[in-house]
Amino acid sequence: MSEPAAGPATRPSGWRLGVGGWLGAAIALGVAMTAALSLVWTPHDPAAMTMADRLQGPSALHPLGTDHFGRDTLSRLMAGARVSIAVSLVAVGLGAGVGVPLGLLAAARRGWIDEAVMRFNDLAFAFPVLLTAVLVTALLGPGAVNAILAIALFNIPVFARVTRGAALSIWKRPFIQAARLAGRGRPRISLDHVLPNIGGTLIVQGTIQVALAILAEASLSYLGLGSRPPEVSWGRMLNEAQTFLFLSPRLALLPGLAIVVTVLGLNLLGDALRDRLDPRLRPRPGDT
Amino acid sequence: MAWFLARRAVALVLTLWAASLVVFVVLEVLPGDPALLILGVGAREDTLAALRESMGLDQPAWARYLNWVGGLLTGHMANSLTYDVPVPALLGPRLAVSGPLALLALTLAVALALPLGVLAAARRGRATDVTVMGVSQLGVAVPNFWLGLLLVLVFAVGLRWLPSGGFPGWEAGLGPALAALILPALALALPQAAILARVTRSAVLEVLGEDYMRTARAKGLSHAEALWHHGLRNAMIPLVTIMGLQFSFLLAGTIIIETVFTLPGIGRLMFQAIGQRDLVVVRDLVVLLAATVGVVNFLVDVSYALLDPRLRHGRAGVADE
Amino acid sequence: MGPTKPSRPARALASTLAALAIGVSTLAAGATSALAEPPDSLVMGLVLEPPHLDPTAGAAGAIDEVVYANVFEGLTRIGPDGAVMPALAARWDISEDGTVYTFHLRRDVTFHDGTAFTADDAAYSLQRAMDEDSVNAQKGLFAAIDSVVALDGYTLIVELSHPLARLPFNLGWGDAVMVAPETAETNKTAPVGTGPFRFVRWVQGDRVELEAYPDYWGKAPALTTATFRFIPDPTAAMAALMAGDLDAFANMPAPESLPALDADPRFTVVIGTTEGETILAMNQRRAPLDDIRVRQAIAHAIDRQAVVDGAMFGHGTPIGSHFAPHHPAYVDLTSVTPYDPARARALLAEAGIDPGGLTLTLHLPPPSYARRGGEIVAAHLAQVGIGTRIIPVEWAQWLEQVFRGHDFDLTIVSHTEPLDIGIYARGDDYYFGYENPAFNAVMDSLQATLDEPARARLYGQAQRLLAEDAVNGFLFQLAKHGVWNARLRGLWENSPVQANDVTGVSWAE
Repeated sequence: MSEPAAGPATRPSGWRLGVGGWLGAAIALGVAMTAALSLVWTPHDPAAMTMADRLQGPSALHPLGTDHFGRDTLSRLMAGARVSIAVSLVAVGLGAGVGVPLGLLAAARRGWIDEAVMRFNDLAFAFPVLLTAVLVTALLGPGAVNAILAIALFNIPVFARVTRGAALSIWKRPFIQAARLAGRGRPRISLDHVLPNIGGTLIVQGTIQVALAILAEASLSYLGLGSRPPEVSWGRMLNEAQTFLFLSPRLALLPGLAIVVTVLGLNLLGDALRDRLDPRLRPRPGDT
Repeated sequence: MAWFLARRAVALVLTLWAASLVVFVVLEVLPGDPALLILGVGAREDTLAALRESMGLDQPAWARYLNWVGGLLTGHMANSLTYDVPVPALLGPRLAVSGPLALLALTLAVALALPLGVLAAARRGRATDVTVMGVSQLGVAVPNFWLGLLLVLVFAVGLRWLPSGGFPGWEAGLGPALAALILPALALALPQAAILARVTRSAVLEVLGEDYMRTARAKGLSHAEALWHHGLRNAMIPLVTIMGLQFSFLLAGTIIIETVFTLPGIGRLMFQAIGQRDLVVVRDLVVLLAATVGVVNFLVDVSYALLDPRLRHGRAGVADE
Repeated sequence: MGPTKPSRPARALASTLAALAIGVSTLAAGATSALAEPPDSLVMGLVLEPPHLDPTAGAAGAIDEVVYANVFEGLTRIGPDGAVMPALAARWDISEDGTVYTFHLRRDVTFHDGTAFTADDAAYSLQRAMDEDSVNAQKGLFAAIDSVVALDGYTLIVELSHPLARLPFNLGWGDAVMVAPETAETNKTAPVGTGPFRFVRWVQGDRVELEAYPDYWGKAPALTTATFRFIPDPTAAMAALMAGDLDAFANMPAPESLPALDADPRFTVVIGTTEGETILAMNQRRAPLDDIRVRQAIAHAIDRQAVVDGAMFGHGTPIGSHFAPHHPAYVDLTSVTPYDPARARALLAEAGIDPGGLTLTLHLPPPSYARRGGEIVAAHLAQVGIGTRIIPVEWAQWLEQVFRGHDFDLTIVSHTEPLDIGIYARGDDYYFGYENPAFNAVMDSLQATLDEPARARLYGQAQRLLAEDAVNGFLFQLAKHGVWNARLRGLWENSPVQANDVTGVSWAE
């Protein structure tokens, strides 16, 4: 799939993101603001337990009801947004922080360095993602920080591969050749000319990776390997809700909906940004 | 083409070797003494030492690594630390659950995604297209384990049509066994189908824009005939790539889905074995999964060669015109 | 949508998907008809699958849950009320000084492979458990035994190094069952015992099947087959009961589902007792937990009833020391350290600890009593200004780090062995590291005392010492949540040992 797209999709021009893109941007912004708001205000203390009020339905006091310890579900959803988003952003940031330089290096040097980076990628791809994450958290113990490391780990090869691919096409451009002739070193060219030109590609990939990281964090927490109490995350809420499926299905529905809406928003935004910033990038569902 | 495949085969072997080394080292540093887990809190030190010796845990690490890899190559795998049976004997019945589950899921995903993707491409921009793309966008965003919970809620708790989990065994008959696999397979398949439908659509759209399709139409073939005779084969190349990648997703997905549905499969075995520090089972399983992923990717490469005449004839530039 | 109407959202969703699932429902209909069971069989659900089936080579309670008294029997056994009863030994004599036990064995006992059970087998079984290279998880049970001799085919002499009143009790444990020399090595996968049921097969990851042994020496069981299915997930356990896939669940993992089952006329719900004292163990080696005031503060900070309500949905009895409330020698000491946050804060201030100045690790193993209970305990401690760092661990890690490595501040665990107050005499070797010569002296006199009222007094003293020292946070006694078909008779209501003896189980007409 290295051929440029034959232009099958109608591509929005200029600054316009299209309906989907704006919807996605609005969702992402809304979730981010909810997470930020939860730092200073939630309707109730998300950790406050009241055994007498457990498993209540929605009421004026608890708009989305309470969980098995009588904690307010709305407050926990808000606090959960914070953890889910923080874990995903930091994990993807770390993955990009290692993967992008690796990709740049591979593209700039070629030769054995390139070969080594690509073989490392093959190795990383040989382990199914969730399996790696389960092993890493089993090794380090459950917790948000270890979940971040596990998710960052499988983001490295993704960013390395995308960066290398994009950078290679930039290196073929005439202005790079000119810079080479002007006597500038490969590291300088990578930073000054290659990186700015592949920024759009990386932002697009980053958006998609954050969406995937939210799903990954939820999966890990659901298995009991991610956030641990008293941290709240959407995946943890699902983990706790499972045994109450018969008694109070609402507890399992709400955090799941929050995940779906957030991931949907990020994907819509990512798709729109791709069309806008980098029409050459094609969907790569395998890049996780 | 032979040269290409040979190179891929060598890379596969090297990757597996590196994988075995990584897994071994990682498990070496995992905290948890399997002997203590087996004998529990009442055990005395001399009893523990006796058990460790009988399990070969007192040997140096390199000797255990060589023993292990040697055992893998010759088929003489060690006994599971917790179940105390040879790993192949343990894996057999588990594969009989996970294998059919993954196949059923893949079949469901392809059966749903290909027609929908082609349909969306054929009706590009119209209501059908918009609906398919909208639903698939939603499908990509749904965590498979949550979908599993929803399916349980609807079909097991609400309607009581299907079991909420567990596996009666194939000896209970095809009906009950399949009934137990349908919900987990759906939970695995639907998010994958959403991805596959999107890729199918864009692959078909791309093919529709190619010169040879216009040529085919000019030769008097109908739209559908042209798509069928020339388009699909070329669209298959990206699709096969995605399906290969999805296979490894399905394998990983079994870890979580088999936990949701308490199916006695490979994924749950892996999850349990990690918790129980059954290092023998964990490392064999990880290498087995890595090998499966590697082999599937290798087969994907082979199928490229078969699908793409340029690769098949070992020379570039001869298009299918 | 209220919590009492779980099916409404389900139905709404379902209607849209109904068409898709019609084909599926025909498959499911086939499934239910195939599961109609004849009334002489039993399918019982268990939470944990045993790692193997040899109770003499592993600590897992899950092994005993399947094979104890069903497949394997010992010289003695522990009955439904926790008392020691004769089993393969019809009776026994004790020498004047209490160091020589003479066991008189039954003469009509055969192993499931047809061979006779003799004193040689008994001597072999005990010797094997005591041997230097033995992998018996409870080798300590046999520590007092000096020698085991088969006097004749049906008389066994056991000589002790010192008097041990509880030897018959010890020999009733699953770890002390009788095995045959020819089959001892293969018992892990193909157990051969002397019990009323013999092993048929084990579908790993799913179930173990047993059938009645026709040549059993005792009263023949009413059941012809007994199947144990392993269902770790509470939701799946509930669904399997509802669907009729199970006749009984020995101990439901999710107490929250009990009210729904109790309301269903098809089921009987019986809340029984277990030997599980659930404690918040404190590492006495570490400051400031070596300070009795801090330990008392922690004990006062915990509302035991709230832990029982929140973690176990009200099932479980608060305890004030390390002793089972259903035991005759039990003393209720919950009033020694009642829930009193103000007192807890005062004690902390006295110990020189500022609010917020103390953060402790809290290791939580997988069972829900620990994971859920730990969350509640952490919230209680936070109210008196003690911070906690919750560390969820798997059992393997718990054993290595907490139990052996002593690398923890607090942990929650249920001590399920019967009458195990003696662990507090193990001193620094034992994981919480409690050392008190006065307590050890009480334990020593217990070992030499045979008189029951005197023993009860000593047990009372021991309990009081532990409560007053606030050794651990004593939380509650685990309840057994038995659920079974209303027509089933003869299942054990309580769990004096981790066992599911189905010998006496039958179906009502």
